[in-house]
Order: sequence, then C-alpha cells, then structure tokens
Amino acid sequence: MTPLLEVQGLRVTFGTTEAVRGASLSVLKGETHCLVGESGCGKSVTSLAIMGLLARGGRRQAEVLRFAGQEIGGLGERAMSRLRGDRMAMIFQEPMTSLNPAYTVGSQMTEVLRRHRGTPRAQAVDRAAELLGRVGITAPGLRLGQFPHQLSGGLRQRVMIAMALMCDPELLIADEPTTALDVTVQAQILRLLEGLRRDLGLGVLLITHDLGVVARIADRVSVMYAGEVVESAPTAQLFGDPQHPYTRGLLACVPVPGKVKRGDPLGSIPGVVPRIPPGFAGCAFRDRCDHAQPACAGAIPRRAAAPGHEVLCTLQPGWAGRQAA
Amino acid sequence: MNPAIEVRGLRRVFRVRQGLFARPREVVAVDGVSFAVPAGSVLGVVGESGCGKSTLARMILGLMPPSEGEVLVDGQRLDTMDRRARARLIQPVFQDPFSSLNPRRRVRDIVAQPLAAQGDIPRAAMQRRVAEALERVGLSAEQGGRFPSQLSGGQRQRVAIARALVLRPRIVICDEPTSALDVSVQAQILNLLAELRRDLGLTYLFISHNLAVVEHVASEVAVMYLGRIVERQESEALFRDPQHPYTRALLDSVLTPEPGLGVPDVGLGDIMPDPANVPPGCRFHPRCPKAFAPCATQAPRLTALPTGQVECHLAG
Repeated sequence: MTPLLEVQGLRVTFGTTEAVRGASLSVLKGETHCLVGESGCGKSVTSLAIMGLLARGGRRQAEVLRFAGQEIGGLGERAMSRLRGDRMAMIFQEPMTSLNPAYTVGSQMTEVLRRHRGTPRAQAVDRAAELLGRVGITAPGLRLGQFPHQLSGGLRQRVMIAMALMCDPELLIADEPTTALDVTVQAQILRLLEGLRRDLGLGVLLITHDLGVVARIADRVSVMYAGEVVESAPTAQLFGDPQHPYTRGLLACVPVPGKVKRGDPLGSIPGVVPRIPPGFAGCAFRDRCDHAQPACAGAIPRRAAAPGHEVLCTLQPGWAGRQAA
Repeated sequence: MNPAIEVRGLRRVFRVRQGLFARPREVVAVDGVSFAVPAGSVLGVVGESGCGKSTLARMILGLMPPSEGEVLVDGQRLDTMDRRARARLIQPVFQDPFSSLNPRRRVRDIVAQPLAAQGDIPRAAMQRRVAEALERVGLSAEQGGRFPSQLSGGQRQRVAIARALVLRPRIVICDEPTSALDVSVQAQILNLLAELRRDLGLTYLFISHNLAVVEHVASEVAVMYLGRIVERQESEALFRDPQHPYTRALLDSVLTPEPGLGVPDVGLGDIMPDPANVPPGCRFHPRCPKAFAPCATQAPRLTALPTGQVECHLAG
C-alpha cells in the first residue's frame, strides 16, 4: 500500500542550527502515527516542514517528501497553499492563538471552503454546522455566531478540528492538540480524533510529548531525539520491547499510579538535551547514555529489531532482554 | 503538635465586571475550604483549571487575603505574622521557571534575595547559605554565576527551589512545579523534591493537574471542584477506591502508558464548570453521570470516610 505521507531524510536548518537531521517517517491512510519527543527535539519543526510552514530563515531538504504518491518537496508556495487546508490540514496546541479573535466561528469556518472550493455561502454554512455537530458540539447554530473568546478551551479545540475537516482532508497533522486542555477534556478530544480516523479513514500524524497519549491512540510511534528519529515501531511493540536507551529512559520517567512505590525515586535521564554543533557525528544521546561505547562517536547503524521496528543505535537488537536474563 | 498548615472556612470572592456598564458579578473562587496538613506530610490538591487551587495556594502563602476564614501556619494565624517571619516559615515554588525568575539577575543573587529581605543577615553568612542551597538542589557554584536565560528549564526550576529553601522554611507550597517541564526533567525535579522533604523534614502542599504525579508524591489528596473540596482521602485509599463521581472521572482520565487500553470514555458531557455560574445543589450535578433528584436542589453534606471525607449524596 502506498503511504499517504512519506518522508525520507528530512533536514531542516535555521542558519547553522540543524533542527531536523535526516528524519524519516510515513503515515498510512486510516492510521495514527505519533511523533513523540521532548521539547527541542524537532518534532514540531518536522510537522511544519511537511506542511511547508517553516518560519522565515528555515531551510528544508528532503530525499523524499511525498503526499498521496505525489512528490511535494518541489512545489511552490501557491501549489502548497492549495493543498494546505484542503487535502492536508493541521491543528495546533493553542486554539486561542490559531483562531482569529475578530471573526465569528462561522465566518472563519466558511472561509476555508469558499477559498478552496468557491462554495456558496449558504452551502458553506450548512457544512460548518454539520461538522460542528460531528465534533460533538451541541447547538451548532449558536456557536457559529459566537467569537472564539466566548468558547471554553475544549470547545475551541473542537472548532479547530471541525475547521480542519471542512474540505475533507486525507491527512490531519495535529501538533500537541490536547496539551493545553484539562485531563477530562483531553480524553474527549482524543476520542473524537480516534472516531474521525476510523469513520473518515483519515491519516493522522500526531505530535506529542505525552507517552500516555501515544500508548492509547497511536498505531505506530516514532521517537525523536535531537533532530533524529531514534526508534520507530508499532505501538505495542515499542512499549513492550523498547530498544533505544533513550526510549527506555523516557518510559521509566513517567509516573504510573501503582507502579513505583511512593517515596521511591522515579527513573530519570541524567543531564540535559545537548546542543548539536554543525558537523556533529555519532549518536547525540551518547553523553547521557549508560551504554555508551567508543563506537557511538562514529556512524550509527539503523537496525531492524523486529518487522517494522527500527532503531538507531550501536547496541545489537535484543540487548535489553539478554541483559535482564 | 500543631499541624503545619490549617485552614478554617476559607472563602475568596472576586468581583468581576463584564463589560463597561454591567453590574459587577461575584465569582466565588474558593468556597468554605477547611483542612489540616500534619507536619512532614504532603497534601496533594487536584482539580481542573478554574477550580480554585491556585487561589487557595495564594491565600496560604499570604499573597492574597481571604474574604472569610483563617489560615494558621504552624499554629499561628497568618494575618498576625510579620512578612519576614512568614517568609522564614513558608515558601512557594511556582509552575513557570521562565517567568518566576528575574532575568537580569544572576542565579546566586536570585537565591540570596529572601536572605537579603530579612535585613539582618551578615554578608558572609548569606554567601555561605546561598552556596549551601545551590549544592542542595544540585547546581554548581559556576552555575550560580549565570543568568536564568543561560539555564535549561529543569535547572531554572532548581534555582526556584534553592530560593525557596534558602531561609530553611518548614513548609513549601508547590503550585504545578513540574507542569512546564519535559517528562525526563519532571522526574529529576520530583525526585529532588522527595529527597529534600525527607532530609529536611519539610511539609508540602502540592498542587497539580496531573494525578499520576500527585499519586507519586502525596500522602493525602484533596480533590477540588468549583471552589470546594469534594473529596479528601489518604492517597492510597483515594486511588484505590474513589468515592466521589468527580474523583472517579479524574482518575479515569489519566492516560497511563499502556497500549491497547484505548482512550477512556469519561462520561462528563461537554458542559464546562464556570466559577461565575455555580450550579445550585451539588455543584457537580450538571456533569455527573450518577446525578439523581436531590443533587439539583440540595447541597450534599459532608460524609466521613475511614481515612477522609466526601461531599456527595451517594455517600454514606
């Protein structure tokens, strides 16, 4: 099956800083792919680079950047802007800053359709009301006439999602869509995304720092560290048999009720995320890694630990299991 | 022995004006909250945004006077205490280490500030205590000479903790101390806070929206909803057998990293709590999956539990 989105060897630089250093990932139709990592790892920049939305000064290079079988790396700004909001849509963390405070929900939602499709106003309003209902908003008619500040955070995020769906996109990129929300609302929004993926066959690329979200919603996970995808696997495989020392460290840091006794220390990763100088070689995690060896300063092999499970590390796949035995 | 913190019938009302000519409305942020925290323990306070947990913290710190009720710290009424005496007893650690540190001062001056405010500590003693506090939180003397912008988020939160500890307080109010941090850094800071509490015999009031974090650090947990504590229990009992439907919903919303479980249906509907519009009866009833007739009209009474208390018509 051709992936809906295929990215290989993506590099993004801002001046001499390399934010993304050769990342590869793919999203299938009807699949949720989670890109997980800590702040500064390059996950948001990756998503913006895919959409062609890098801030001024950002430069993108990619060996392959294909959407629905078509290479989009070479498309100009006009062609990209026809795709964006139409066949590929994006939602962001803070809906308050992505919605225009001066326009009603209705006028912002219908603008998408009128611009991309030239749909008449009345028809666009019907479509907006239908989608507000679809994302679980009661009284869509009332909400269409309201301004963003009159809505709660959860409602605003629902409006953002409905707006992203206006043109029936095939790919939805969601950058930390629930991070600013309360836990109860987070669960509702994630259930909504899950339902849309299932019912509409959307491909979803979800960017998050939260391993709990990843475990519950992803079909496939890619773990990013310092601009590289260090491990990628089907979700159950990644959580059941994590291979990269960074993935393992990250999982040990998450407090889980009943797992670590109160008063016992949580697992933690020593040190801080390094700054990557130009021309850096080897594994970026080696200074924080308990298993670092001289080979980690050289070229790092990308190995298959299991079907569909790739890891960027000098350790042989299965090292962790043997160590425990 | 006196409880480290005791609050009695605490209430805080804000008057907000919505629009130029509208009559001001009353928003009750905290409404009749009472509890005691024994010395050396950790009370976790959880709840959604707008439930009043930060207003509660500000009143306990003496940063905001209550509209009604009183706060006792180590048996003394907070409002009768001198600012400097209060600072020696109780100190805050806030959420955002980016905005709570003065960007134009060096780390060691930031940490020295509470000592300087005392006004009677010799310079040499101040330097010694700053060095001690920095070491305590795992920062080097060299880092003491830097500016906050030269440190990572986790290091900045260490600076905030060092500043809170430099006066050797007995109580620390932690308001979402790890919410702005990455998970690996969060683990480092939680481990540091636990170690400090053990070594220095501190008492914490630990406010967080993250229940998994609270479960890890707190000996007792209070659940707040629209200004009231709707359930309070020993941590272990609360997580094993929550009594209030709201506590249940909060626990169900925690997404543990266990694949295959899917996203839970919390069943709260899409009505959001509005502190300017507190519902009659039980304030949780419009969202409660178990609400029945009396919930809409009668406020539930406090029911005692083996290790705490709950306010719900279903209890008892």
